[in-house]
Amino acid sequence: MNIVVVGLSHKTASVEIRERVAFAPTQMEKPLKAVVSLDDVAESVIVSTCNRVEIYATTRDIAGGMARLKRFLADFHQIPHETLEPHLYAHHGEAAIRHVFRVAASLDSMVVGEPQILGQIKTAYGYAAEFKTSGIILNRFLHKAFSVAKRVRTETKIASSAVSVSFAAVELARKIFGDLSDKTVMLIGAGEMCELAAKHFLNNGARGVMVTNRTYERAVKLAEEFDGKPVAFEDLFDQLHKADIVLSSTGATHYIIRPKDVEEVIRRRKLKPMFFIDIAVPRDIDPKVNDVENVYLYDMDDLQSVVASNLQQRAEEAKKAEAIVDGEIGQFAKWLASMEVTPTIVALRSRFDEIRKAELARTVAGWKDLPPDGEKRLDALTSAIMNKLLHPPTSTLKRTGQGGRTDLYVDALRVLFDLQTGVPEGEELEELEE
Amino acid sequence: MNALLFKLTLAVYLAATVAYLAYLVKPQEKLGQVARWLLTAGFVIHGIYTLDRYLEAGHTPITNLHESLSFFSLSIVGIYIAFERKYRLFILGSFVTPLALLILVASTGFPSAIVPLNPALKSRWLVVHTVMAFLSYAAFAVAFGAAVMYLIQQHFLKSKKLGPLYQKLPSLDVLDEINYRCLTIGFPLLTFAIISGAIWAESAWGTYWSWDPKETWSLITWFVYAALLHGRLTTGWRGKKAAILAIVGFFVLLFTFLGVNLFLTGLHSYK
Repeated sequence: MNIVVVGLSHKTASVEIRERVAFAPTQMEKPLKAVVSLDDVAESVIVSTCNRVEIYATTRDIAGGMARLKRFLADFHQIPHETLEPHLYAHHGEAAIRHVFRVAASLDSMVVGEPQILGQIKTAYGYAAEFKTSGIILNRFLHKAFSVAKRVRTETKIASSAVSVSFAAVELARKIFGDLSDKTVMLIGAGEMCELAAKHFLNNGARGVMVTNRTYERAVKLAEEFDGKPVAFEDLFDQLHKADIVLSSTGATHYIIRPKDVEEVIRRRKLKPMFFIDIAVPRDIDPKVNDVENVYLYDMDDLQSVVASNLQQRAEEAKKAEAIVDGEIGQFAKWLASMEVTPTIVALRSRFDEIRKAELARTVAGWKDLPPDGEKRLDALTSAIMNKLLHPPTSTLKRTGQGGRTDLYVDALRVLFDLQTGVPEGEELEELEE
Repeated sequence: MNALLFKLTLAVYLAATVAYLAYLVKPQEKLGQVARWLLTAGFVIHGIYTLDRYLEAGHTPITNLHESLSFFSLSIVGIYIAFERKYRLFILGSFVTPLALLILVASTGFPSAIVPLNPALKSRWLVVHTVMAFLSYAAFAVAFGAAVMYLIQQHFLKSKKLGPLYQKLPSLDVLDEINYRCLTIGFPLLTFAIISGAIWAESAWGTYWSWDPKETWSLITWFVYAALLHGRLTTGWRGKKAAILAIVGFFVLLFTFLGVNLFLTGLHSYK
C-alpha cells in the first residue's frame, strides 16, 4: 500500500485558486466518501485551510491514484482540469511522508512555526475518522505526523517568539510586567494597527482600556468598542499615570509626549514601569522618553526589528526541525513497507516453520527407539499440519489483495503473531494516542 | 568524617552550579530539575556537616572565618531553595549558586580545625545572633542575584537588543518582586541580629554599643537597606534604583562581614 498526497498550497496557488478548491468544513462527508470510492483508492483524509487544500490517500496504483485524485479535485469544484493542474503537486513514498510531517510541524506554513496548522490537520483527521474514510494506514500515519509535530514544538524554539508587530509588543510587555492581568492600556489616537495591538493586549489578559482622541466623539465611540473609558485629549496628562501600556498613533506632526511629561507621570506612579508603543509615523513620542527611568519606548522600527530577528531565529530553528522530520521518516516508511501482503505471509510462514523445526528436533533427540524413517515421517506430518493451518489465512490475504481490509488483516497478523515490523508499538504507540 | 562531609558538599555544590550554568545555556525543564535535585542534596549534606561539627565542638559552629563562610554559604542555599520553590525560577539559581559555591570555596582558605570556644563567646546569644545575621546576609545575597538579573534584563529592554539571554530571563516585574521579598525577609533579620548583638554585648562587655568596627559597619549596612526599604515604601524606589541599591548594599555587607574581619581589628575579631 502506498501513501499519496495531492494538493495545492500558498506556495503553488494564489488565493483566487485556493478559495475555489477549498472544502466547506461542514460538508466533508461527500468529498471524503467520493475519494474512497475512486478506483483503487482505499483511505482518505482531506485537509482544507485558507492556505492549503490537500488529499492524503492510500492506493496500490501510484500513478493512476494520483491522476484520479487530481481529476477529482478539478471535477468536484467544477474547475477545468487544465486550469488546476499547474498548481497541483503530487507526492508518493517518502516524499509524501516528508510532506505531511513537514506540514503538521508547521515547516511548510506561510509563517513557519505558526501553531494553527496542527489543529487544522487534527480536525481534518477527525472528519475522516467520523466518516470512516481513514483506515489503519492513514490512522497511524497521521498519529505519527502529530507526534513528529509535537517533538518539533517541544525540542525546537520554532514557535517561541512573536512574528507579528502586535504580538511582539505583547511579548515585550510580558517581559516588563510579567502578568498583564492588572494592567491598563491607553490608546492615543486611532488606527487599524493601534486597535489591533489593543485587542491583542486585551486577549492576553490586560484589564482595561482608556481611549483618547483629539475628537472626543471618536474616543467615546472607540471606547465603547473596547468596553473602555474615553478620556478627553486635554486630560491626557492628568490620566496618563493610570496607564501601564500606552499605544500612540495620532496624525500629529510633532511629538505630543516629551520626556518631561513622562518624568512627571512616572513620579505620580511612584516609578511603576510604563511601556510606550509609538505606532505613528511621524512619531508621537520623543525617543528620549526611553531614557526616563523604568520607562520603555518602542517605535514601529524597533518592533519591526524585533520581529525580523525573531523570524531569523525561527529560520534557524527550522533547520533543527527538518532534521527531526528526516529522522522520523525512515521508521515510518519501514512500517509501511511491512504492511505489504507478501512479506507478511513470508514472515508468518517462517515464524511457524521455526517453531515446527525446533519442536521436531527436540522430539527426535529424546526418542531412543525411533524407526529409521521416523524423522522423515514426523517432518512430513508436521509440515502437513502447518500448511493446512496456514492455508486459509494465506489464501484470504491473497484473495482480498487490495483495499483497507487487507491492511487490517496484515496489521492483525503482525500483532497477533509478533512478527517484526519496525513500527511504533507499546509505549510509543500509547504516546501517539494522546 | 567531618572533613569528608565538607569535601562532599563542595563537590555536590560544584555539580549543582555546573548544572545551573548549563541551564542558563540550555533552559530545559529536566536540566533545571537535575540542578535543583543536586543543590538540595548538597544542602542536606552541608546541613549534616554543620550539625556534625556542632556536636563535635559542643557549640554553634560559627566562631571563626571558616565556619562563618561555610554557614553563610549554607544559608544562601537554604534561602535560595525556598525562593525557587515559590517562584519556580531555575534561572535564579544560575546567578545565586555560583555565589554560594564561591563562598564555600573561600572558606577552605581559612583553618578549619575545631578550637575550644573563646570564653567571650560562651553564651546562648551566640546562636541567635549569628544565625540571624547570616540568614539576613543570605536573603540579601539572593536579592543581589535578582538585582544583577534585573539590570541585565533592563539593559536588553532599554537598548532593544534582545539576545538569547533576554528570552531566558524572567520579567522585570518578577525580578523586582524577588528583590523586595528578600528585603522584607533580610531587613528584619538584620535588625534583630544587631539588637540581639547589642543585648549580648551588654551582658558580655558591659555596654550595648561600643562603636567597634563591626558594629559601625553593621549599622552602615543596616542604613543602606533601611534607605532602600524606606524608598520603596514611600517614594516607590523600584526597578533600576532598587536593583542598584541591592547590589551596593550587598557589597557593603560583604565588607562588614569579611573586610572588617580581615583588615580591621576590634571586639569582633575572632580568627
